[in-house]
Amino acid sequence: MLNRLFPHPLMSVTLTLVWLGLVNTITPGNLLLGVILGIVLPLVTSVYWPNRPRLRRPLMVVEYGLIVLWDIVVANVQVAKIIAFKRNEKIHSHWINIPLDLTSPEAITVLAGTITMTPGTVSTMLASDGRAILVHCLHTDDPEGVRDDIKARYERRLKEIFQ
Amino acid sequence: MGMITEIVIAFFLVVSGVFGLVGSFGLIKLQSTLQRLHAPTKATTLGVGGVLIASMLYFLLVKGSFSFHELLITLFLFLTAPITANFIAKTFMQAHLKDSDLPPTGRDHGWSLYDMPPGSTED
Repeated sequence: MLNRLFPHPLMSVTLTLVWLGLVNTITPGNLLLGVILGIVLPLVTSVYWPNRPRLRRPLMVVEYGLIVLWDIVVANVQVAKIIAFKRNEKIHSHWINIPLDLTSPEAITVLAGTITMTPGTVSTMLASDGRAILVHCLHTDDPEGVRDDIKARYERRLKEIFQ
Repeated sequence: MGMITEIVIAFFLVVSGVFGLVGSFGLIKLQSTLQRLHAPTKATTLGVGGVLIASMLYFLLVKGSFSFHELLITLFLFLTAPITANFIAKTFMQAHLKDSDLPPTGRDHGWSLYDMPPGSTED
């Protein structure tokens, strides 16, 4: 019964908080509306998202978020340097194929998003069986190093969080 | 407001301006479409982020009220930017690249744009 009313409890909480953040003032009326949104939206969308992702270690999400934030700042500086100071002929772009150990769709989505937001890499697509991800790297002289870096830095942590 | 507050807020605004400019410059400077894709997804993140931090500091230190909107903008930006980049990349590859231009998957199945997923019928 409780499961049917709240197919995604975390999503319900998030939606309520996002609503309160959007209106920017906490009044009982806003809270009520937020809670209603938090109950109704997961209910009507649960058809498209039948399984609840399991978070094994929720605290690691915070660590992961901080690492990614830091990497985004570093990435911005690196990419800005490449764009501003490197001549076009000296920019060596590479395709990198990263085999995935992750299987949960949510984890792969987070990994793909992380890759796009961080150091000079954009994730472009998955292998059709979903076990490898194709990444375009703006500039590197060591494609294998970039691959191992992504696997060790992000995928390992996501594996601990999701599986 | 204090001198230091002003300096800090101005610093973040200038940082965001510089990164926004470099990101836009990348769009005209870089050669291939996929390279150009890197400019808006990276340099612009800090460009927008700088404005958001400056705005948050301004409301917190000068107006004395905390605003959640900047946090939400950051959240939405991080959710949508990679998806947009992915769509652009896929559309470009669909139109201009062939299977043979890409490195092999190292698996039995090819990349999802060119190969059907296992277990589906090809029609």
